[in-house]
This record gives sequence, C-alpha cells and structure tokens, in this order.
Amino acid sequence: MGATTIAKGINNGLRAAMDKDARVLLMGEDIGKLGGVFRVTEGLQKDFGEDRVIDTPLAEAGIVGTAIGMALRGYRPVVEIQFDGFVYPAFDHIINQVAKMHARSLSKVRLPMVIRIPVGGGIGAVEHHSESNEAYFTHTAGLRVVCCSNPSDAYWMIQQAIETDDPVIFYEPKRRYWDKGEVAESADLGLFDARVCRSGTDVTLLAYGPMVKTCLQAAEAAEAEGKSLEVIDLRSLSPIDVPTVVESVRKTGRAVIVHEAPTFGGLGGELAATIAEECFYSLEAPVLRVGGYNIPYPPAKLEEEFLPDLDRVLDAVDRSLAH
Amino acid sequence: MSDIDVAATDAVSISEFDRLTAPVPAVQDGGPEMIQLLTPEGQRVPNADYDALVATLGDDELRGFYRDLVLIRRVDAEATALQRQGELGIWASLLGQEAAQVGSGRALKPQDYAFPTYREHGVAWCRGVDPLNLLGLFRGVNHGGWDPNEKNFHLYTIVIGAQTLHATGYAMGVQRDGAVGTGDEQRDTAVIAYFGDGATSQGDVSEALVFAGVTNAPVVFFCQNNQWAISEPNDKQTRVPLYQRASGFGFPGIRVDGNDVLAVYAVTRAALDSARSGQGPTFIEAFTYRMGAHTTSDDPTKYRVSAEVEVWKHRDPIERFKAWLAHEGKADHEFFAAVEREADELAVHVREGCLSMPDPVATEMFDHVYVESHPLVAKERAEFTAYQASFEGAH
Repeated sequence: MGATTIAKGINNGLRAAMDKDARVLLMGEDIGKLGGVFRVTEGLQKDFGEDRVIDTPLAEAGIVGTAIGMALRGYRPVVEIQFDGFVYPAFDHIINQVAKMHARSLSKVRLPMVIRIPVGGGIGAVEHHSESNEAYFTHTAGLRVVCCSNPSDAYWMIQQAIETDDPVIFYEPKRRYWDKGEVAESADLGLFDARVCRSGTDVTLLAYGPMVKTCLQAAEAAEAEGKSLEVIDLRSLSPIDVPTVVESVRKTGRAVIVHEAPTFGGLGGELAATIAEECFYSLEAPVLRVGGYNIPYPPAKLEEEFLPDLDRVLDAVDRSLAH
Repeated sequence: MSDIDVAATDAVSISEFDRLTAPVPAVQDGGPEMIQLLTPEGQRVPNADYDALVATLGDDELRGFYRDLVLIRRVDAEATALQRQGELGIWASLLGQEAAQVGSGRALKPQDYAFPTYREHGVAWCRGVDPLNLLGLFRGVNHGGWDPNEKNFHLYTIVIGAQTLHATGYAMGVQRDGAVGTGDEQRDTAVIAYFGDGATSQGDVSEALVFAGVTNAPVVFFCQNNQWAISEPNDKQTRVPLYQRASGFGFPGIRVDGNDVLAVYAVTRAALDSARSGQGPTFIEAFTYRMGAHTTSDDPTKYRVSAEVEVWKHRDPIERFKAWLAHEGKADHEFFAAVEREADELAVHVREGCLSMPDPVATEMFDHVYVESHPLVAKERAEFTAYQASFEGAH
C-alpha cells in the first residue's frame, strides 16, 4: 500500500473504519478543525462531518463518560486523549465504568470503544506530556491494551481495535509518529499477537511501542559484535501473547525487557514473572528489565538520561550474557 | 425539542426562553454587562461602583502599571524569539492578555496567594518572579524555577483547571488560620485562581466552584476568557457567558474588559477585598483575546480567521492605557522612552540569562522525589552514577 508514517497510518485506518461502519465516530479535544495536536485526525471532520468527528469541550472525564453513553446507544466511539498525562481526569470512568460494564451486566452490555493515547517521551515536552502509564490500565481487568510501533501496524491495529467488542486502550508512540514505513496489504496478525520482528539465538529482547525501534537498533549493533538478538514487538500488552514470548525465551535462554515506563510495578515485572513460571528450566540468566527510573518524568533536558537507549539495552544484554 | 410548555410556564417568559435557547453568537465583544473603564481609544468611562477604587491609585502606581504591561510584553516577545531560535522547547505567549494579568496581579497584597496556569507570566512578574525563572520550564531545565512560598505564587499548573481546587483548598486553610475578616489589613488574606475559558469545562473547575461556594472561602476565580481553547472557540465550551456560571454556585460573577488594566485592577481589587473581609468568593471573567498561537507548537491559521485578530488589535491593552496616561498628563514622552529602554535591558537580561542557563545535573533528578530517603531511588541513583561513570572512564 506504499510507505507512510505512523500518524498517517492511524489517520488512514480511522478513515477506513469510518467508511466501513457508520457507527464509528471520533471524539476529542481539537480533533476536528485542527485535526488534533498531532494531526492524526486531519481532514476527517471535513469528510465525515461534525456529527462523526466531534470537537468536545475540554474535559477528559466528559469525553470518556459521554463516549460510554454513545457506546450504550450502539455507536463505536474512538476517543482521543490529547496527551498521556491528561488521561487521569477520565481514569475513574475508564477503571470503574468502561472496564467493568460487561462483567457487571453479565455480558448484556458491551462497550466497543477505543481510547487512543499518544504515549511516551523523547519529544522534549514539558511535564505531563511524556508519560508511560500503561501499567495502570494493564492492571485493570476488562480493558484490552495495545500499542503500535510502526506505520503498518498503526493502520491495521487501529481498525482491528475498532472492530473489537471489548474496550481497547490504544497507545501511539508519539515520538515515532513521523517514522515512515511500508504498510502491508493486509493484517498479517491478530490484534493481540506479538510479532517476532528480528530472529536471533542469544538473547530475547521484549519491547513495544517506541522501544521496538531502539531494540532493533541494539540488535543491529550487537550483530557487529557477534551477538544474535531476537526482538519481539509485543504489540498487545493485555492480553500478552505468552506463547510467542515463551517460545523465544526457551530458544535463547535469556530475556531483556525494555520499556520507557519506570520498572517498579511495571509491565516488565509481569513479563519477568511469566517467563520465570514458563521458562524456568530454559533460563541461562536472570530476566532483566531496562526502563525509566522510578522518579517523576524529568525535565526535557534530562530525558535522554532517563529513557532507555541503545547503550542501556546493550549494557543489559552484556549483563545477561555474562551469566 | 423540549417538553417544557413555554406558554404555561410563568417562571420563564417566551423571550427569556428564546434567549436561553438561542445559539451562542460568535462573541466579538463583551456586551453591555462588561465593566470597562477605558475604551479602546483610551477614553475614561465613569463607573459609580469602581471610580473610587481607581481614585486610590497614585500617578506612580498608574505609571507602574504601564511599565509592567510593556516589560512583560517584551519578555514574552523575547521568549517567543528564543523558542524560534531553538533555545526553548516551547513557549506559551501571553500576548494580548497583559492587562488582565497586570491589573489582577497588582491588586494582590503580599500575603495573598496566586495559583497560575502556565501562561501567567504577567502575574509572575507582579509577584516578583524573575522572568528568567519562568524560562526554565520551557527550556526543559526544570518543572518550575521559583520557590512558590517565597513569592506566594504557586508553580505553573499544566493540567487544565486542577489549580482551581488547590486555590480553594488553600483558601479553606486561610479560613482556619483565622486570616479572614479580622479587619487587619496585614493579616486578612485572599487567594486567586487563574484559569482559562477552556478550563471551565473541566470537572475540577466546577468542583472548585462548589467547594468555594459552600465554604464561603476567600478565593477569587479569575478566568481569562481569551476566546480560544487551542482550536476550540467559546461556543464549544459554553452556552452562557462564563461569568454567569457563578450564580449557580451561589456567589457573584462579573465580566470585565480584560484588555482594560484599570477595570481589571478595580474589579479584582473589589473581589479580593470582599474575600479578605469574609464575604466569600467571586468569579471574574476577564474578557480578552489570545493574540498569538496557543503555544509556539500551534498553528492558529488552521482554525481562525485573521479578520478576528484584526478586530482585537484595535483593543490593544497597552495602546489604550498609554493614550489615557498621555491625555491625562500622567506620563510624558520621556517616561515612555525610559520604559522602552528598560524593556530593552530586560530583554537582554532574559536572553543572556537563558543562553547561559546551566543544564540540570542529571543525578539531581533522583534528589527531590521524596522527603525522606527511599531505598529504590537510592539504589537507582547509585546505579545511574556508576553507569554514567563507566562512559567517562571509556573516553
């Protein structure tokens, strides 16, 4: 389908979903006329009208709360939270209402909604604009949580998320919005499948979203030193594609998990525990985590020190191989 | 559209019903209810409620207002230029809102406390914050470069509307300290919460108004209605003029010409006096305009027309005040020229200070997380230090 960016891939995916299903509508701050602060919804209000691309009042609890009502009425709302750090006013609705509606209605009520959140740092922003808050949502039963890492997945995963009858938190790695890549002719994986994006034999790198590119670069650099790294893009954070992870780690015997979020109580801990449970007799080294430090996201001048980078990934790889 | 039987309802006349249900017009002026003491041409409009307050201002104070307006506009222009040159990551310009900020900021007493958004550079100036300290946040050096307790000026709050609750709670604390209604001018304290038109949609702001109303807290809600919440105009946020919201929460609301520094001063001063004396909160809607983009990352040409900006250029807050000062003989060319020179000097201070601002020390990001030591942070600090040192050794 040609090359495009992650931002445009999502834009095209939203357009395809709206073309296909008249019940799909978009809600968010500045998403209409402006096309969103990242221009992910650019041109959609012009083509689909203000009834289907809604510039909402500046109120995240209101956006998610009314999206619930829209979903109850049979629509499939796709809401945009402008920045990761601004999702918290809507947290109550997401945790107490969105996540639990299906269970508490004994499957009578479905909330097929998608909550899009630009995530992560690396863009030199002021505070609250660089958060990696996926663990809050993966910790909550009833939500499905996914994160794309490239334009092709962006295009296909957003459509798959919209077609999912459960609520989906859809993370978009904002510092990769303008990365270009080819878009596949069809979705080659299910929404909740991980992708082995580079095969290797020595160490398994597990990542998602913005860190996939970093891990691929690390694998490239390691190859020059004669180390063979396998890179898995989890894509889905809840559920986790455990069979793909287990198969890889049983092969390599080593795992390094990389995410921007602070490690304490993060998704890396869940992955490490799962690997310990499933791959114990295959492990040659402790499972290691590379993540943000357990501090508030720092001012932009320090984010390079805070965020995992190629060197920190390779450092962890070396520590794993030292065993 | 409604099951209300209009004809049978005594309480709501048809004309009232029409007014309430009519679409909100594209707001271009503040209407007859707006308090204005200076026209855009700089002519003084008498006002029985506020003239006495204005009369308390001496010529030095009035000239001081002018100086504040000019200097903070120059700081803003310099910061915008620094962003364009890559020295700041982003800047949120206050262009057009100088009078709203200086008028209200100068109405504060030292013991009062202000809770800003991220655009209150003019209020910061009035509270004695060095403009250079504002730049740290926008340069990515820190999250706020001043001691809030030293200036009684809280750190900038970026999450929209959150600070209105903090201000209300602070005011509830003031009540408990017995610092309201004593008649002691040095002791009685008011709190002011700054926010914008967009913020009024946030649940936090409505909750702040509820808390302030039921506690009768000494807090002034100062809403700078600059007409735009990034790309969304007022009619995406409200069906009624914002100042009218206050009545539903049980306290007065008032609309003031936010480009008229005299009117803003008088209205805010009255509201603060009222709060200090124990008469509770006031909601002030300062009707103004965001002349620039939301931030330097924004492109307003995508959503608003230049004709609207032109209309507001004629309502410039500095020009009208300058015209009035000159006409009244309260300031002369020499004074205006001296202020320009001072602005030039301040711009140099801001520019040079920005360029020489040291980058933060990386290990310090671990140092302020908790009051008391924390084993995980201590461990990671040590690991980080060793990791960094491993590179230095390699070179």
